[in-house]
Amino acid sequence: MSAPSLETARHPERLRRVVIEPLSRVEGHGKVTLLLDEHGQVEQARLHIVEFRAFEKFIQGRPYWEVPVMVQRLCGICPVSHHLAACKALDQVVGATLTPTAEKIRRLMHYGQILQSHALHFFHLSSPDLLFGFDSDIARRNIVGVAAEYPDIARQGVLLRRYGQEVIRHTAGKRIHGTGSVPGGVNKSLTHDERDVLLADAYQMIAWSRDAVRLVRRLFEQNLELYRRFATFPTSTLNLVRADGALDLYHGGLRARDASGHTLFDHADYDHYWERIAEDVKAWSYMKFPYLKALGGDAGWYRVGPLTRVTQCDFIPTPLAERERRDFLAFDDGRAAVATLGFHWARMIEMLHAAEAIKDLLHDDDLFGTDLMAGGRREARGVGVLEAPRGTLIHHYRVDEHDQVVRANLIVATTHNNQAMNVAIREVARRYLDGRQLTEGLLNHIEVAVRAFDPCLSCATHAVGRMPLSVDLVEPDGRVVDTLRRG
Amino acid sequence: MPSRPGSVLVLAVGNPSRGDDAVGPLLAERLVAAGLPGVEVLIDFQLQVEHALDLEHRERVVFVDACVDADAPVVVRRVFAGGHFAHTSHALAPAQVLDTYRRVTGREPPPAWLLGVRAERFALGDGLSPAATHGCDAAWPRLVELCTR
Repeated sequence: MSAPSLETARHPERLRRVVIEPLSRVEGHGKVTLLLDEHGQVEQARLHIVEFRAFEKFIQGRPYWEVPVMVQRLCGICPVSHHLAACKALDQVVGATLTPTAEKIRRLMHYGQILQSHALHFFHLSSPDLLFGFDSDIARRNIVGVAAEYPDIARQGVLLRRYGQEVIRHTAGKRIHGTGSVPGGVNKSLTHDERDVLLADAYQMIAWSRDAVRLVRRLFEQNLELYRRFATFPTSTLNLVRADGALDLYHGGLRARDASGHTLFDHADYDHYWERIAEDVKAWSYMKFPYLKALGGDAGWYRVGPLTRVTQCDFIPTPLAERERRDFLAFDDGRAAVATLGFHWARMIEMLHAAEAIKDLLHDDDLFGTDLMAGGRREARGVGVLEAPRGTLIHHYRVDEHDQVVRANLIVATTHNNQAMNVAIREVARRYLDGRQLTEGLLNHIEVAVRAFDPCLSCATHAVGRMPLSVDLVEPDGRVVDTLRRG
Repeated sequence: MPSRPGSVLVLAVGNPSRGDDAVGPLLAERLVAAGLPGVEVLIDFQLQVEHALDLEHRERVVFVDACVDADAPVVVRRVFAGGHFAHTSHALAPAQVLDTYRRVTGREPPPAWLLGVRAERFALGDGLSPAATHGCDAAWPRLVELCTR
């Protein structure tokens, strides 16, 4: 499939420019630019990443054993995902096959991360749009508004998030900058007291997660036409699956399918991911554009993340989440499973799966084991891949004989989804903005499309005084004719 | 919940690897080393909704953060529940954490202050700017005062 139009206008110098910067409720520094002709028709729409992160340079030259801690500073939202992906890559460098205790502690940590990240995204970032409407009163369209009108939902979101953080704290050693996972294993197992504390709330988390899945379903049912069509487009997909085809967020082989559902490769060893995936660059964005080599640079873009994982796995290996997955796939003759807003439904199914997986792991006595570390023949290269909350995360390191990292390559979920997000905003621009007077509510439609992917565009910089949103409408001669501001 | 929370909570925010964003964690580490009685210190990259639950049973809360709109090297502001939630990204402002506490618990949050250190650069791998280094030194006695008043 080739990318739709609206990526590049033929005569941009003649067009009006609208800039949405920064995107609100999106992590990091992103902006959207729209170029409009004299009739208000959208001629070009682009999602830009305006910060160059230089991840790889940050890591080069460091001793490899520092990397699992250092990479957590790349992202304040999913540090555990970077922590674990780095460890998986460096397991290969130290030649380790994990002990059962080490693998299960890491899995527990990972599912805690999935739970807390999905809870934050749905309850705090997306539910205001979904519960009140994309162009509802902006003064109400926020988490305070949700808390006022849906107090139980807001409270559950906070407590689900907190529970995931507690799972992380008990497995990683502390809430942030955890050191629990190390190349070759883990440095602590779980105590019985820690298990009991977590288990005491595990069933409540499952119940609330299940309620959240049902809530998204009701939202679809109440506004079916909007949810079916909004920012929806055909796309190829990429995700990890377990050897038996099950959803597995910690480990597996790569599966890719084209937009018609034809499997391009399955259970592919991620150790040589570069034989399957290449990265393109475009002059207007710092973020690369990965593509599936089997389809080529123009047609090979794809989508990762919850919607891909839930629809492209063969089954979910926990019963409640599997039942919800089947309902999701069957709903509206399968249309929800290909809709961009289906991300939210799939995300809540994964949150339910994470809650169930945590409960199951807490009943596994391997968590209390003392055999924590493994080793083997030292290697110069390691690749670690897992399914982070936002999608497939790749860490790739080369380590020299002095134990220093000499090369690093990271492909994060938001990079995988770069082109898909661009296509989403073009669909929205074409459907909702063409020829209309721009309002904050209409422009929020663009943000709703981006937020469905839950992008993490930049990482872990936060300072007081940095969150305004301004939209400037600029004539071709640079004259600002209209300004819309939040904040 | 912590089993024995201090009566004063210091919530320091920032990423130690991003230039002046490190001022919160640096001041927090100094505070931990000082070992002031009745003071608990939490460090995180960003403020999030669950931090509202850390406010339980506190007499006072002090947020410590880098500040890009400060009109002095160090600013101390009283913080009240509220804030412009519509502009949030994945991170909350201190006022929003207080408001989340009020919404979740149904009670008024403890009195809170923001100690801000003027900051200017945030690139990954950067060290502290001279201005932020100076600001940290100037902020230290203010932080101790806020914790012990």
